Amino acid sequence: MSGESVKLLGYWASPLALRVKWALKLKEIEYQYVEEDLQNKSPLLLRYNPVHKKVPVLVHDGKPVAESLIILEYIDETWKHNPILPQDPYERAQARFWAGFIDEKCVPAIMSAFTNQGEEKEKAAKEARENLKTLESALGGKDFFGGETVGFVDIAAGWIGLWARIVEEIADVNLIDAETMPLLNAWFGRVLEAPVLKECVPPRDKLLEHSRGFHKILTAASS
Amino acid sequence: MADEVVLLDFWPSPFGMRLRIALAEKGIEYVYKDEDVRNKSPLLLQMNPVHKKIPVLIHNGKPVCESLIALQYIDEVWNDKAPLLPPDSYLRAQARFWADFVDKKIYEFGRKIWTTKGEEQDAAKKEFLDCMGVLEGELGDKPFFGGETLGFVDVALIPFYSWFLLYEKFGNFSVEALHPKFIAWVKRCMEKESVSKSLPEQEKVYDFVMFMRKKLGME
Repeated sequence: MSGESVKLLGYWASPLALRVKWALKLKEIEYQYVEEDLQNKSPLLLRYNPVHKKVPVLVHDGKPVAESLIILEYIDETWKHNPILPQDPYERAQARFWAGFIDEKCVPAIMSAFTNQGEEKEKAAKEARENLKTLESALGGKDFFGGETVGFVDIAAGWIGLWARIVEEIADVNLIDAETMPLLNAWFGRVLEAPVLKECVPPRDKLLEHSRGFHKILTAASS
Repeated sequence: MADEVVLLDFWPSPFGMRLRIALAEKGIEYVYKDEDVRNKSPLLLQMNPVHKKIPVLIHNGKPVCESLIALQYIDEVWNDKAPLLPPDSYLRAQARFWADFVDKKIYEFGRKIWTTKGEEQDAAKKEFLDCMGVLEGELGDKPFFGGETLGFVDVALIPFYSWFLLYEKFGNFSVEALHPKFIAWVKRCMEKESVSKSLPEQEKVYDFVMFMRKKLGME
């Protein structure tokens, strides 16, 4: 729609901002992207997200929406073409459940594997593998969690395919096990290669270098 | 076909209370099943194999887990009466944001007030009370977060009031003294039968937690 102002406050390496970029791309919504310096947050960010002071924030006609999954729902309800969530209330509840599972279970375990060492690291990696295996059960034999096309859970979880593999390389752990979770492994490939989504993903080598930097700091602090 | 609704719950759970309130607001008949969370039923384990937690809403045999997700499900299916979320997508996003805030902050800091000591407890107390202030700001002059009637945020938040006696005794503070506007909102909510019948007495919650603490050797 012309005349509407849509702004996204994000950070290039933020997977949560990537979720929003994907949704905006799928809905063919034109927007202005504002790159935030997370070490030096702009007055704009602090004004638009005073409670959490985090990215991403979507600003639509001057009105801010924060929290990536909430932003996805807002986008889906405001621009109704190319739906992200299913129509059926039970299917919607399932999609919300799995998106929540990703944030509450999969992500913390992966982060824990990244920030810890030794036994703690291995324990976290094992938990991450178990949680990813559970996530796979929701995919079943479908091409995408959304069925034949990308949906809410695909947008919520797709970034893990890139990030988890970076964690695997840096921290020397196994997270996405191709043998024990073949369907999920194949899905990661599929979602990250999907034309509309692929062009939004940050370059792997830049992300790897960025993550290595973090890892050095985190592990130096604990040794 | 008549709807069959079952709620797997545990009487002191604020998350379960949310669903009790919503079902009452919408006039939905349901079967209430109280779980012994230390001895979970086969039904609970079957209906929520991922988290094994209550509450679980079972509608015609199909489970919906996670209280805020179940609230939205109830609102979408029984959309003819007492809407919890407004029609406007921006206001819906705001309601979801504040319900998420309640989950991230009120529950966590409240829990820390009665499970920690010293500096950690002081920090939790301060954060909890700060949240009361932030919520008062969000409420503004409205009678409810939902406007003229109970909405999504009201239903998400009011159950924690049943745990306030516990927080206040352990934290040694009075929410009413520090945040009277918040308590005024509480009182408006409690005037609704759907709320007053869904929340246990504060003393009952307090006695239960004290009993559990003794049992777990925390005293």
